[in-house]
Amino acid sequence: MDYAKIADISELKGQVVVARRTVYVYQAPVRIWHWVNAACMTVLFVTGYFIATPPGSLGGEASAHFQMGYIRFAHFAAGQTMAVFFLMRFLWTFAGNAASKQLFWVPVWKKNFWDGLFNEAKWYAFMVKYPRQYVGHNPLAHMMMFFVFTLGTVFMICTGFAMYSEGAGRDSLWAKAFGWVFAIFPNSQDVHTYHHIGLWVLCLFAAVHVYAAVREDIMSRQSMISSMISGERQFRDDKV
Amino acid sequence: MSATETFYDVIRRQGITRRNFTKFCSLTAASMGLGATGASEVAHALETNPRVPVIWMHGLECTCCSESFIRSAHPLVKDVVLSMISLDYDDTLMAAAGHQAEAILQETREKYKGKYILAVEGNPPLNEDGMFCIDGGRPFVERLKEMAADSMAVIAWGACASWGCVQAAKPNPTQATPIDKVITDKPIIKVPGCPPIAEVMTGVITFINTFGRLPTLDRQGRPEMFYSQRIHDKCYRRPHFDAGQFVEEWDDENARKGFCLYKMGCKGPTTYNACSTVRWNDGVSFPIQSGHGCIGCSEDGFWDKGPFYERLSTIHQFGIEANADKIGVAAAAVVGAGIVVHTAVTAAGRLGVKHGGRAPEAPDQDLSQGT
Repeated sequence: MDYAKIADISELKGQVVVARRTVYVYQAPVRIWHWVNAACMTVLFVTGYFIATPPGSLGGEASAHFQMGYIRFAHFAAGQTMAVFFLMRFLWTFAGNAASKQLFWVPVWKKNFWDGLFNEAKWYAFMVKYPRQYVGHNPLAHMMMFFVFTLGTVFMICTGFAMYSEGAGRDSLWAKAFGWVFAIFPNSQDVHTYHHIGLWVLCLFAAVHVYAAVREDIMSRQSMISSMISGERQFRDDKV
Repeated sequence: MSATETFYDVIRRQGITRRNFTKFCSLTAASMGLGATGASEVAHALETNPRVPVIWMHGLECTCCSESFIRSAHPLVKDVVLSMISLDYDDTLMAAAGHQAEAILQETREKYKGKYILAVEGNPPLNEDGMFCIDGGRPFVERLKEMAADSMAVIAWGACASWGCVQAAKPNPTQATPIDKVITDKPIIKVPGCPPIAEVMTGVITFINTFGRLPTLDRQGRPEMFYSQRIHDKCYRRPHFDAGQFVEEWDDENARKGFCLYKMGCKGPTTYNACSTVRWNDGVSFPIQSGHGCIGCSEDGFWDKGPFYERLSTIHQFGIEANADKIGVAAAAVVGAGIVVHTAVTAAGRLGVKHGGRAPEAPDQDLSQGT
């Protein structure tokens, strides 16, 4: 793979001139999806919480308000947007680079995956001094992404659309596509409960994800946050 | 009671005019949503089909289904029991008792093999070989299987027969089991509710009697005509839900104004039943109209999805009072504290580290690893 290109350093006048390897890893569709998804998830967390625990009751005539209506609309709109982008993100794995496929599979049969995973776990447990470098996700992140984010999102999409189909009606497209959820959980209240647990799981995932991204950006000699903006990952270990 | 007569024969004998009979057919067809030709189909069926023999058995239950059933107003239960169907056996309603009653069971089974409807109220407990429900000197489950074997179809009355209800609530000591888990080779129609609405019960019987087949069932085996929408979808308090107007306390001003009971734990949004349209006791009222939330009595395992008065269900695996939000907040606190501690340890380790320093043990590495 031809990732490495050397930065143009001819104009720099600093004392130390360092050429750093930079790799184009997150292609535009991945980045767009990432930020749309982040925005949708934020809306979904807030509105989802309020759907389960509505804000204080409003007075006056019912015809004067549409508070729950708007909250639910925002939730449904964000959910549908997220689902469509998630589908497009999945389709992108067939056209995208190797890193774009990581979200949807985990190479559990590869020895160096487990080796890397333990090393990364040790890195987070302060047991090794330096983490290894990866173009895409490190094995620990890769594992978390697939098992918590991807599977979690699929679960939320399925249960979410199943509940949406309850309002849309038995004959709706949604009921035909996602009604099978109620064959697994016959009582819709259970689906609501599990969907709500899913909210917290993904919310905590987001918290850990942001923490890890910030920390790794500082600590791991690799760029993280700017990589999801520019798509380029820079390795800051001072060698070409 | 003979089952060879038709419904029409019986009501004419009782002095009902043909005019009134056609009126009844039109009303029944309309209430089932059968469309323009429905009335004549109903009339034709009632004139020509022999009355359907029904065997009504009672397992582990409280008889609230029967109590509801006998209060049916449209049609009146006397019309159903005395005219429409041939209710050959129902130990709580029939005159016969003991060996006489037992004989009817065997007789119906032989005479109408494959033609009678088995209506089951309650469910069989399977633990200890079914010893927790003895009926006629034998475990109920044995009699149930016996009678189901020669039936045309099985009606599972109420939450007990459909889902298990209170006797199947955790930890279900008697291993009370819904009918469809015991009888697997017959069409089963679930009519859940604790009890089901009287008009829903008689409506289902009228349909089967009229058309000689089961009504369209949904994925969970319930008749679509009564169970395809949630209480919430047809609730007259729904506008208050959409507006964000909720009862916050049982005795607050909002309760007096009739606001939405969502925050008081109403299970209307997750409960499929006809309460908000058909209502109860000849259409007088239903729980929400009377100021109390729906407890979801027609849903699977509703006793275990409580509390009845809170929106979020208790999740028992995490302790007595836990629900999704309490677990979520606790987990968030743990994760948050973890992040803070991890940050602190990380920062402490960075003290005195010079920027631009080389990583002494940075290994040469295949960057595609793991991709």
